[in-house]
Amino acid sequence: MTRISVALLSMVLLLGAMAARAQLTIEITQGVDNPTAIAIAPFAWQGSGAATEDVAEVIQGDLTRSGQFDPVDRNDMLGRPSSEKEVFYRDWRAISAEYLLIGRVSGSDQMRIEFELFDVNRQAKVFEAVETGPASEARMLAHRVSDKVYERLTGIPGAFATRLLYVSVTRNPGGKDYYRLTLADSDGARPIVLLESREPVLAPNWSPNGEEIAYVSFETNRPAIFRQNLTTGKREQLTNFKGLNGSPAWSPDGNSMAMVLSKDGSPDIYIMDLNSKRLTRVTRHYAIDTEPAWMPDGKSLLFTSDRGGRPQIYRYDLRSGSTERVTYEGSYNARARVAQDGRNVVVVHQNKGRFHIAIHDLVTNRMQVLTSTELDESPSIAPNGSMVLYATKSGDRGILAAVSVDGGVKFRLPAREGDVREPAWSPYMSR
Amino acid sequence: MKHLPVAGKALTLLFTAAFLVACSGSDTKDDEDAAAAAASAAAAAQEAERAAAAQAAEAQRRLSDAAMEAGNIFYFDYDSSTLQPQAQAALDSHIELLKTNDQSVRLEGHTDERGTREYNMALGERRANSVRDYMVVNGIASYRIETVSYGEEQPIAYGSGESNWSQNRRVELK
Repeated sequence: MTRISVALLSMVLLLGAMAARAQLTIEITQGVDNPTAIAIAPFAWQGSGAATEDVAEVIQGDLTRSGQFDPVDRNDMLGRPSSEKEVFYRDWRAISAEYLLIGRVSGSDQMRIEFELFDVNRQAKVFEAVETGPASEARMLAHRVSDKVYERLTGIPGAFATRLLYVSVTRNPGGKDYYRLTLADSDGARPIVLLESREPVLAPNWSPNGEEIAYVSFETNRPAIFRQNLTTGKREQLTNFKGLNGSPAWSPDGNSMAMVLSKDGSPDIYIMDLNSKRLTRVTRHYAIDTEPAWMPDGKSLLFTSDRGGRPQIYRYDLRSGSTERVTYEGSYNARARVAQDGRNVVVVHQNKGRFHIAIHDLVTNRMQVLTSTELDESPSIAPNGSMVLYATKSGDRGILAAVSVDGGVKFRLPAREGDVREPAWSPYMSR
Repeated sequence: MKHLPVAGKALTLLFTAAFLVACSGSDTKDDEDAAAAAASAAAAAQEAERAAAAQAAEAQRRLSDAAMEAGNIFYFDYDSSTLQPQAQAALDSHIELLKTNDQSVRLEGHTDERGTREYNMALGERRANSVRDYMVVNGIASYRIETVSYGEEQPIAYGSGESNWSQNRRVELK
């Protein structure tokens, strides 16, 4: 190793350590049985000045996190090709790589990533593509490369170029805690604090185009629903009713928001038209009705109700006005989130006193428990329907963890300090 | 009188006063006794009033002490919003005190960490409402009571297990 690269490496480590304090790290706890071996050669930097991001490393992190890939260690690589003519398949067969990804990065303010994927066994190029965008969004461009490679090899669109919202709480013994609403990349990198408060912040939720968020804040000493534009920072308080103001859920068309209000007595589901601010009452029951979630077609809502004695998931049809019970398995099923396929529903499920994340198939009506950790809550499903992010406990601290919808892949996202909770996975971001 | 100098006016007043004093001095003993009785009655009344005020203050202080001693936190069973007998007794002290003043109160409902956050918001509200309803039935006007649920967001005891959870399932009167 040359002197320069040692200096560079230690700088990267130092920067990494500084960033790690504030952000989530990723620990894979369980992957698939036979992950695909892929070699991601360091991308050649052809721009002016020094490279700002190790694009190949970002891609490697993405594919590793999916649990479906087993990326080859860089140190085991027998060559560092960055163009097709430098690719010698025997070098990659020798280290049992099934696929090889190479690439070149160029540009200054505008960045250009060219990449090529090879099938080592067939000794053929699978595809090549280009991603371009502002250099300040280098990591996001790298995630887009991951999305394309993932889709080509698994048949499922990737969800790496997406973002997360989460709430973290720093305890302040003898005083009020600090609540922070944070926005980060899907790998936990580049955290940005959107709101800091001494009063509780909860229930973050995305607009369908990923440009706005909604959440509940107690900053007025009472719960109130706010919406906030991520680009302009513009913020608007939507509700200030007596009693509960909770569970904001943006409709799939972006025009209205389902929410929980108890202004008329017990907690019920309402829909607010976001232009006129007019409210329509959806449920009318003396029991607790809460946690509305839209079906992707916007025609019905799932919600939690204890009208049957214990909390279970119900479905309200907005056209017919009829309500039907959805879950029957177990004594407690709550806070549904629906995958884009409109079929898989993730819920918090209680079994033998423990709270786990379970997935309920609306077609077969089968339920499968996905997690084995304890006090699991707040499941949020990736826009490609592959992974579920949720909050759990590690010791007496709240952390985020993820599990694939088939239960085969698991990872944890511990933070250095504080309790982390209520993850909300973004939809696909408009470019 | 019009032309009398100021000193002359003063002199006239002085004579009048001397005459009045002489008259009173020549009054009967009965009158004297009546005056003394009236004075002492007034003093007694004043004393009684003072005693009553002191007594009221003492009563108020006792009510306040009792309310303080009863505590301002009322605990609940798991997934329940039913007031415990202990909580009712404690609340009674607060109700007695609130009947003697015109203060408003805020009831903050809380839950333990088990279950989902939004369901717990609703459960916390049920608990706060349960305390409110008890106070209203026992004579405190509902406009004096504000209820807010914090769900599981503000635990007293961090950590899991019943010993922590039982401290967090509560309504706080503020």
